[in-house]
Amino acid sequence: MDGFDPVLLARWQFAFTVSFHIIFPAFTIGLASYLAVLEALWLATGRASFLSLFNYWKKIFAVTFAMGVVSGLVMSYQFGTNWSVFADKAGPVIGPLMGYEVLTAFFLEAGFLGVMLFGLNKVGRGLHFIATLMVAIGTFISAFWILSANSWMQTPDGHAINAAGQFTPVDWWAIIFNPSFPYRLVHMVIAAYLTTALVVGAVGAWHLLRDKMNEPARVMFSMAMWMLALVAPVQILAGDMHGLNTIEHQPAKIAAMEGHFETRAGAPLILFGWPDMEAEETLYEIAIPQLGSLILTHDWNGVVNGLKEWPREDRPNALIVFWSFRIMVGLGFLMLGLGLWSLWGRLRRRLYDMRLLHIAALLMGPMGFVAVLAGWVTTEAGRQPYTVYGLLRTSESAAPVAAEAVAASLLAFIIVYFAVFGAGTFYLLRLMAKTPHRDEPDNPSDAHLRSAGIVPAPALESVGELQSHPETRP
Amino acid sequence: MIFDLAFIWAGIIAFAVLAYVVMDGFDLGIGILFPFYKSEAERDRMMNSVAPVWDGNETWLVLGGGGLFAVFPLAYAIIMPALYAPIIIMLLALVFRGVAFEFRWRTTRGKFLWDWSFALGSLAATFTQGIALGTIVQGIPVADRAYAGGWWNWLTLFSLFTGLALVVGYALLGATWLILKTEGQLQDRSYRFARILGPATLILIGLVSLWTPFLEPLYMERWFTWPRMLYTIPVPLLVAAAAYLLLNGLVRRQERTPFLASLALFILSFIGIGISFYPYIVPPTLTISDAAAPDESLGFLLVGAVVLVPIILAYTGYAYWVFRGKVGTEGYH
Ligand code: HDD
Ligand code: HEM
Ligand code: HEM
Repeated sequence: MDGFDPVLLARWQFAFTVSFHIIFPAFTIGLASYLAVLEALWLATGRASFLSLFNYWKKIFAVTFAMGVVSGLVMSYQFGTNWSVFADKAGPVIGPLMGYEVLTAFFLEAGFLGVMLFGLNKVGRGLHFIATLMVAIGTFISAFWILSANSWMQTPDGHAINAAGQFTPVDWWAIIFNPSFPYRLVHMVIAAYLTTALVVGAVGAWHLLRDKMNEPARVMFSMAMWMLALVAPVQILAGDMHGLNTIEHQPAKIAAMEGHFETRAGAPLILFGWPDMEAEETLYEIAIPQLGSLILTHDWNGVVNGLKEWPREDRPNALIVFWSFRIMVGLGFLMLGLGLWSLWGRLRRRLYDMRLLHIAALLMGPMGFVAVLAGWVTTEAGRQPYTVYGLLRTSESAAPVAAEAVAASLLAFIIVYFAVFGAGTFYLLRLMAKTPHRDEPDNPSDAHLRSAGIVPAPALESVGELQSHPETRP
Repeated sequence: MIFDLAFIWAGIIAFAVLAYVVMDGFDLGIGILFPFYKSEAERDRMMNSVAPVWDGNETWLVLGGGGLFAVFPLAYAIIMPALYAPIIIMLLALVFRGVAFEFRWRTTRGKFLWDWSFALGSLAATFTQGIALGTIVQGIPVADRAYAGGWWNWLTLFSLFTGLALVVGYALLGATWLILKTEGQLQDRSYRFARILGPATLILIGLVSLWTPFLEPLYMERWFTWPRMLYTIPVPLLVAAAAYLLLNGLVRRQERTPFLASLALFILSFIGIGISFYPYIVPPTLTISDAAAPDESLGFLLVGAVVLVPIILAYTGYAYWVFRGKVGTEGYH
């Protein structure tokens, strides 16, 4: 297998596994908050449809969460198995950030998930609501730390380099709040909310198409459409600011996203085209003159750098980045369109009658995931050829593992992930296809909710407990 | 700093790994035993007895791995490539068994698939963890801050043997846990399994302990030179005591002692490994201080660990208390 490059294989493996992983958090971050909102509304108004919606989405949450956990575990070991040089060098800086993620987020989620999933009758409403909140907060904290780590790799700051070639922390505040982190955090959390809103909206729409009087379906559809209408414009704004920040810190990435090879004043905005890395030009381009400079520099005649500013070996692949960026942005505008359409429907008081709107919402259901993946591909492929931008090359980050080993593991991941997560997706769709009822049961006997996590360190306590109350029966 | 941060962290990481072995051990053990309990109702109950804890258990594995990455990046960077195949297999196995907790309840036609996925996943994860342990014990070649061996080095008779030992040991933990958490036929059956697994575990622990000193002069010197032996001799004595409690408890059908005694065996074996290793983290070359991240990293994370670990223990203790008691047929509801 001489033809295989172990670094390339390792990149594929990382990209493949993290792409699967991110799908689950993108949904659970939003869904955890949605569940908290539903429970709060139920507690405040006492309306049964809120509780039944909570129970409906809770089951879906549990299945998704289990997949998020197992795919995440894989990620945390891959830095060592496949990127050991990177781990040795960048570990002192990004390791503690991930350590904090475990301590502040993963344990929190695992600790309260059990109570949230099937403790309502055991602990009472107030404590149960707290558990739901803790899970939601945990998902957010998780995003905080991991995005800080990722952002540091994009825009490293606050570090020095020691004799062994390791990055060493100098200023933790500067490391955590590195230049791209605030933008990335806002953009990603909103992305998770949009993704969730699209899924919830699509499920609502599906059930409205079958019975437009279904009360829980109406509630979820309406809530999801509000979310879209309000948040999609914010996301576009946040994305624009994110991009302006990227120009400052990773100009080569922007050049690739825009498909610019030449550095120009008054650069056009290339809508579509085929960036050709060999020929160093964007073929078949459809462009609007001057607009590129206006958007990127807020000046009609601003100078925009092209990829030719950098030596060939320092350029990211423009073809990938150009297109993934357009997919994301295009979907962002479609989301906005859907939100506005729903507002119009609301104005006409026909939100639950517009079949075309429902069909559109149904089709848009999976698009949040597509946009999230496209966004991450833009970010990560645009960072190449570095793992720590400008400082550590990807080719110098990989582990000394034989190409055969990486090829075999990559193949195993592909087979297992498609089989296992494919089955999971099937079960999720089946849950979503069930008509939501006004009195959705908490835990139907056929469907035990079992994803719960309780950190068992105190197992011994509980054993003692059991001994002292042998009469206790659940 | 004299009592330096690196050693404090070595203690914390060791604690996380021990917590993982002790906590996930019994739930992996239940998976290993799964095929030997044939009735659907029994399997439901077995799974329910660990379902609320498995995610939390695995979080200790994340802390062990993530913690190593954070505070001993060099050790992490050497151990993981050295163990490439076993780690990848372990991760995949954990995928299979993790999702089984959810998927199993989502289908009737496909239930048997997830039963197998749970059982084989647990078995493979345990076996590869045992192999990983054996590989580290037998020593990992290092050159130039990197792993310097081939990608099959982990495969030796010794590591296969430690893999087997861990499978039997986890199965013992699983069986004694079931004794504790269940009643009736299921409990009877678990007593029967434990009576086989208990002696088997003891024999395997004995064999591994005798084998280990011959792998590395360092270990030999630790355990069999005077006056060092004075410090190490309590470990085998305590193992003997735990063995007595375990076997006696099983014969007399005590519910709690067998599980606690099995845990004690694991903890003592772990301490034994610690004695052999110290002060190395990747024997025979890399010491704890060689592998440590700079003090700025260690200190920064230590603040969090000191504050957060007690809080974590407190709220998880609460959550655990909520679901106390024996597992009924219909689970926790
Ligand atoms: C904390 C770090 C971190 C985080 C949060 C992410 N990544 Fe990443 N990613 C890496 C750390 C990293 C890496 C370890 O640094 C890789 C491996 C090789 C490389 O160059 O960077 C990488 C590579 C990499 C590649 C290959 C790029 C290329 O080779 O051209 C893709 C497509 C992604 N990742 C996608 C993602 C997605 C979809 C993520 C969403 C969660 C994501 N990454 C989060
Ligand atoms: C390479 C990068 C990543 C690694 C190493 C990683 C690691 C992990 C691990 C180990 C878990 C399981 C925790 C448990 O046992 O409970 C997990 C779950 C999770 N991760 Fe990631 N993760 C990565 C990327 C991300 C990103 C980019 C986000 C969000 C922005 C994210 C958000 C979450 C969330 C919310 C969970 C909880 C489970 C879920 O919701 O599915 N992760 N991650
Ligand atoms: C329509 C307007 C949008 C603009 C202008 C925009 C802009 C950007 C830019 C410039 C980046 C790359 C930043 C960098 O790597 O430095 C990015 C990344 C990303 N985008 Fe968007 N985006 C938009 C819409 C969306 C939507 C609708 C979603 C998902 C629902 C989304 C999800 C993401 C994600 C997950 C990333 C990667 C993480 C990050 O770097 O924040 N984006 N976006």
